[in-house]
Amino acid sequence: MAVYKKTYRPYDGHLTPSWSRFLVVARYAYEDLRRSRFLSFFFFASFLYPLGCAFTIYLRYNLGVLDAFGLAPPKSFAIEAPFYLTFLGFQSMLAFFLNAFIGPGLVAPDLANNALPLYLSRPFSRAEYVLGKMSVLAILLSLMTWVPGLALFALQGYLAGFQWTMSNLRIPTALFAGSWIWILILSLLSLAMSAWVKWKPVAGALLFGIFFVASGFGAAINGVLKTKWGHLMNVSHLIGSVWVSLFEEPLKRGAGAVFFRVAFGEEIPIWCCWASLICLCLFCLYLLDRKIRGVEVIR
Amino acid sequence: MATPVIELENLEVRLGNRLILKRLTGSFSGRAIGLLGPNGAGKSTLINTLLGFLTPSAGTARLFGMDVRRQAKEARGLVGYMPENDSFIAGMTGVRFVRLMAELAGLPPQQALERAHEAFFWVGLGEVRYRTIGTYSLGMKQMAKLAQAIAHGPKLLFLDEPTNGLDPPARQRMIQLIQEIRDRGDLHLILSSHLLRDVEDCCDEVLILKDGRVAAFCNLEEERRANRRFLELETRGADAAFVGDIEGLGCEAAWSGNGKIKLVLPDGVEVRQLYELAAVRQVQIRRLNHKRDSLEDIFLKAMEGANGSL
Repeated sequence: MAVYKKTYRPYDGHLTPSWSRFLVVARYAYEDLRRSRFLSFFFFASFLYPLGCAFTIYLRYNLGVLDAFGLAPPKSFAIEAPFYLTFLGFQSMLAFFLNAFIGPGLVAPDLANNALPLYLSRPFSRAEYVLGKMSVLAILLSLMTWVPGLALFALQGYLAGFQWTMSNLRIPTALFAGSWIWILILSLLSLAMSAWVKWKPVAGALLFGIFFVASGFGAAINGVLKTKWGHLMNVSHLIGSVWVSLFEEPLKRGAGAVFFRVAFGEEIPIWCCWASLICLCLFCLYLLDRKIRGVEVIR
Repeated sequence: MATPVIELENLEVRLGNRLILKRLTGSFSGRAIGLLGPNGAGKSTLINTLLGFLTPSAGTARLFGMDVRRQAKEARGLVGYMPENDSFIAGMTGVRFVRLMAELAGLPPQQALERAHEAFFWVGLGEVRYRTIGTYSLGMKQMAKLAQAIAHGPKLLFLDEPTNGLDPPARQRMIQLIQEIRDRGDLHLILSSHLLRDVEDCCDEVLILKDGRVAAFCNLEEERRANRRFLELETRGADAAFVGDIEGLGCEAAWSGNGKIKLVLPDGVEVRQLYELAAVRQVQIRRLNHKRDSLEDIFLKAMEGANGSL
């Protein structure tokens, strides 16, 4: 390395393709995240549940293993859409916590330290900046949600046969689409909150507030006004309803998982859920558009 | 003819209801252009517009012939920017910060790392390049900002108040670095500052803004050359006859009566001839100055006048 060259010299060498530069932001963010032992531990621990699920699927098609251990096989041992919906719910909950730890730290420090003019004075647009930061979350959360989900489906397809796979194609589609909706909402929310308050701990707290305090407020509205429309403030209820509709209509028997459970009789029309989630995403994009700028104009 | 570095055509920038830049027009090709003006004149707004941070409400601005709005990415690919305020990425070491910035400008990782190290050594921070930027002193942060601005080898360098907050030795070092960049001739630089001396030391052209308009634009080098023919003499024993003799050489002369004579030497007349005339008339020339407008004179004149010239 030519560190002895203490002079300025122009650069006329090869340049990387413009489309790939948002990945530079993601790469540096991963290098930073890797240093956190807690996050690394949490991330790897999140694969325990998928491993358990894989073992369950294996047992379902190899009941002889239970006999070998002297255990009686259960009477009903069906692995169908509810199994995957529960899997998605559990992994999505873990994804939410990981996102709450990582997301706020992606944008807030750049804004607090006035680093955006440095990013944006290069051939690097605001959209690429947001895309770069979002890709950090999208890749991590994908590895926790739809990637192991599809791997589980592939395992079951392998064990159950082609016929079962073809007749259950709705499951991987729902896993993939449902995960991406969740990833999109989580990453947009955390980036928008982070950009808005410019303070990592407060942005993290806001994120928890949106999910837990707002849902509590919605439940209070439901209780006082004897209505179910308070659930419009409950993001986990909205996403739970969308997942149920994606997986299968017959699941509308109070399905969902973990804190995404949709209580029977309290469902709101699915188009309302979609519309609310779209509005939430648009609001986040509006916040990002206002805040991610090379220079903040004080009018 | 070479493409101008900056071209402005009726450029207007509005922030909210306030019109900040008012129909700026001009073409600038200097190697080092100083941007001067009182607070609120529009210097930073002009830089922010050229960098694409602000959208013009009317008119166009071009860098090397590229429209800063329509060809923003291409234009920014040629630019390095050292902002006025503290700008860094928390928790990063100096060299990693500069490497990231170089990679975002399009350099492959290996070259970016190599040039980040070089830039750090060049600005004199080689020994602290593995320290996090948050622990740097103000002067070191300024140098780190300069390092990130040049690491990717831009063709145009925007320096916004580069000597802000620097102590005299650090300021001197910064000025030296800027002069070194300028003298290598590889890139153009735009230096925005309210310190006339910084601009005078580093720039060969000066654009003076006032109330969002161009108050004056002058080529300092030409100004210096043109003023070389203006002389101020301090004499003893000068009289009307001596002044008449000087005028006889073809000079324009003004005699204030207290021995001081201001004159303009026409082409072909040398200073030596003045001394010969003085010897004949037995006049002592005690001091001879090439009078020259300082940047301060130019700036003050521009501030007095409503509109400067381009």
